[in-house]
Amino acid sequence: MPIKAKIIAGKYLDSVKLMLISRELRSLKGVLEAVAIVATSENREILKASNMLAEEINSASENDIVIVIKADNAKNAAEAINKAEELINKPSANEYNQTPIPQAFTLEKAIATLGGADLCLISIAGKYAAAEAEKALEKGLHILLFSDNVSIEDELSLKQKALKKGLLMMGPDCGTAILNGVPLAFANNVPRGKIGIVSASGTGLQEISSTIANLGGGISQAFGTGGRDGKKEIGGLMLTACLEYLLEDENTEVIIVIGKPPCEEVQKKLWELISHSSKPVIANFLIPMQVPELPNLYYVRSLSETAFFACKKAGIEVKTAKLAEDFPLPKLRGPYLRGLYSGGTLCQEAIQVYLDNFGCEPFNNVTDQAYFRLTDGWQTKENSIIDLGADEFTIGRPHPMIDYSLRLQKLAQEANDPKVGIILLDVVLGFGAHPDPAEELVPALQKLPADLVVVCHLLGTDGDPQNRQKQKKELEQAGAYVFTSHHSACEFVCQCLRSYRSAKC
Amino acid sequence: MLKLNKDKPKVINIGLEKFAVDLKTQGIDVVNLLWKPPLPVENSYHHKINSLSENIIAPANKKALEIINSGKAVLTGMDVALKVIPGMHKDLILHSGPPISWDRMCGPMRGAIIGALIYEDRAKNAEEAEKLAASGKIEFAPCHEHNCTGPMAGIISPSMPVFIIKNESYGNFTYATQNEGLGKVLRYGAYSEEVISRLKWMEKVLYPVLKRAIEYAGTINIQGLIAQALNMGDELHNRNRAGTSLFIRQIAPAIIKTMTDPEESAAALDFINGNDHFFLNLSMPASKAILDPARNISGSSIVVAMARNGTDFGIQVSGTGNKWFTGTAPVPDALYFPGFTKEDANPDIGDSSITETGGLGGFALAAAPAIVQFVGGTTKEAINYTLSMYNICFGESSLYQIPALDFRGTPLGIDVVKVIQNNIAPVIDTGVAHKNPGVGQVGAGVVKAPFEPFIKAYKTLADMY
Repeated sequence: MPIKAKIIAGKYLDSVKLMLISRELRSLKGVLEAVAIVATSENREILKASNMLAEEINSASENDIVIVIKADNAKNAAEAINKAEELINKPSANEYNQTPIPQAFTLEKAIATLGGADLCLISIAGKYAAAEAEKALEKGLHILLFSDNVSIEDELSLKQKALKKGLLMMGPDCGTAILNGVPLAFANNVPRGKIGIVSASGTGLQEISSTIANLGGGISQAFGTGGRDGKKEIGGLMLTACLEYLLEDENTEVIIVIGKPPCEEVQKKLWELISHSSKPVIANFLIPMQVPELPNLYYVRSLSETAFFACKKAGIEVKTAKLAEDFPLPKLRGPYLRGLYSGGTLCQEAIQVYLDNFGCEPFNNVTDQAYFRLTDGWQTKENSIIDLGADEFTIGRPHPMIDYSLRLQKLAQEANDPKVGIILLDVVLGFGAHPDPAEELVPALQKLPADLVVVCHLLGTDGDPQNRQKQKKELEQAGAYVFTSHHSACEFVCQCLRSYRSAKC
Repeated sequence: MLKLNKDKPKVINIGLEKFAVDLKTQGIDVVNLLWKPPLPVENSYHHKINSLSENIIAPANKKALEIINSGKAVLTGMDVALKVIPGMHKDLILHSGPPISWDRMCGPMRGAIIGALIYEDRAKNAEEAEKLAASGKIEFAPCHEHNCTGPMAGIISPSMPVFIIKNESYGNFTYATQNEGLGKVLRYGAYSEEVISRLKWMEKVLYPVLKRAIEYAGTINIQGLIAQALNMGDELHNRNRAGTSLFIRQIAPAIIKTMTDPEESAAALDFINGNDHFFLNLSMPASKAILDPARNISGSSIVVAMARNGTDFGIQVSGTGNKWFTGTAPVPDALYFPGFTKEDANPDIGDSSITETGGLGGFALAAAPAIVQFVGGTTKEAINYTLSMYNICFGESSLYQIPALDFRGTPLGIDVVKVIQNNIAPVIDTGVAHKNPGVGQVGAGVVKAPFEPFIKAYKTLADMY
């Protein structure tokens, strides 16, 4: 099998672009595997592991882009290399945009171009991200650090530095936030309102803020903290700072705190702050748990309910009928559920709802329960719910909210198993996400066996660029049960499973 | 306590471009930072350089830039290399770039040395010349170390006539040969009989005509011609058409006045007129003449020479004396003449990057819309090249201006600190030689300087304090 490779020196493209190029190359005639990647030592390891470390790229520097093609013959490999060069050297889409985005070579120039900047959104590879965040903090900018693989020591020092200057340091691994009404990174178009959110969970923030919008409410601020903020090492620096801010903020009347349970120490700090609160604070740590009895503290377990309750507390007239899709229970062709998720928090909630219904977890790649932990996320079995946004799936690929190819592949695989009766998917809309998920999903859904039930949770608002109503209609026409509330979708799935099980008894 | 403005945030995006596009579509002010992975330089060096920056490096650079900007390079005359070039002797051959031994020289440089030895009657043929060159009897040295600059292989042998350029402000001199034109020429490593006989003609006919004319004309202000040529579409490295034309206007009357044989004078004018690159061999030594007085300013991080020998790319920096910092010379991504590809190309070669060092060439690409096909085809790209070079220069030229940038001075004074900290390599306009001796030019385009020499210079500068 001929392997051809080439070094492209002195050119830098972001990782998503390179992955999309790789994907396009894989679709070329005769190409079996294709990678366009920056030749860092980590990436070389990845190439080595997949037998793609061709000799030609040995001399590449850490900053060079390398192309490696495995093809059925030398001619196709050479053609793919040419195509890759063309794609890499193509001017960025930006230049064809009607409103071109100004560019700057240095942070100073960027600030000058904007006539003063407020926030720096950083999504470069983790090992470089902390240094850039530090420079931006020096310049007095708030940070949204999207990058992961930033050390916890760096996270701590960045957050300490930020707070000294009264700056936000959201992240690392913070995928979403809404600041003064502006959705950042993966976020939904949500009206401004009275509800403030502090979130250590990305899709949790998206689900709650979208649901609030769909219920007629709005958001004052939605801060992300990154998933590790509640850990002992960070001590909840951003969680507490953001909560303090919202408690003082005159535009915020109701506060939501969401994320995995913070460590005890951090919980204490939160309770202490909330005990002085005159505003209702709704906490959701994604698992059933006891919280202290404080006059303004409410603990809610599901994401949808969190949004409902917040709206209620904010005095928004909620017509519950608006969200509750009602479908007659379909008959399943087989006993098992397969959940294929792109959103980590949604995946976790789905596992929790299953656990609440049936007393045990489904097999998954998320929780710590050894028995139910899948050693290989690809090898789903019996009832399984997997997060395709987990590291094991995303190395060298864009996130499944952007790139549906992995999910479509997995969907087809699950459909081939006659014991699988029902499939559960999340479809995340909003900025950052795939511009038209239905376009990817509908042809795949149409190819599925007619008796296989597919349940979709559609996360988003009518203001999102994908056109939520159109997405909903197209997915429904392709045979899916589409739910606006994630919790309802999960409950519906459990009811289907229960009804199948009781019919068999 | 967190402090937030009430307005919609203005955002700087570093990384995934889609995030910026999404913000822009919502009407948010956003700038994409053109981020690249940082260069492999340990943080300790950055800390050291940053600590020196304000009190040591900046004042030294200011001084260096003042010296460069106050230079005045004029053509004062011509003579034979052996007579005027300091240190020249009958067994010495000068070449472009940093020092290099015969065994490491690339094809075109060897070809040009073979040609020079035949031209000097030191060898009858290529075989003899190669033997002599390898014997150790011939000494090789960089042009730059003898106050010279040479395009491509940059070969200067003792009998070659040279232009004499003087920096009137500082009294220093520089030298360069007469440009041979395009095609099969010595500087691209060609040494066939046609090449040698042209060199002989240049020595016997062209040189006397020009020498007499320059003597008659007195001095010719080369920088004045350069400044005018920039307003006429030259960047003075890959395009010297306007410069050459302006030179003819200056010299033609003097050629007529000092004429001894009309045929020879006409042939000389014809030759210059037929060679759009004739002026390159004046813009190069003029650039060197204004840069040389800025050498040896303690603490300065300004580059005073960038030069390639076809094997190594070397730089010299004001604050680090005459030490060369080298890295591997890159193979240019260029437009290739029909029938040739990158496979045929020799790594980058020549002292002509002295023009970029002096604020011309790639740094002045925005002035030369006629050659934008070398840089991707649009004037916007050419302008972007020049704009990006402001990010690595300490200042701007007070003499050389770019019409398309509202007559802003060209970026001047390449600052090693900015190259490293902003992670931007100087762009160089370049001709491409065939890798084999005797073939000649196969293309032209732009090339980015390798970072390696700049990293070495940066570290050396840090270690000096």
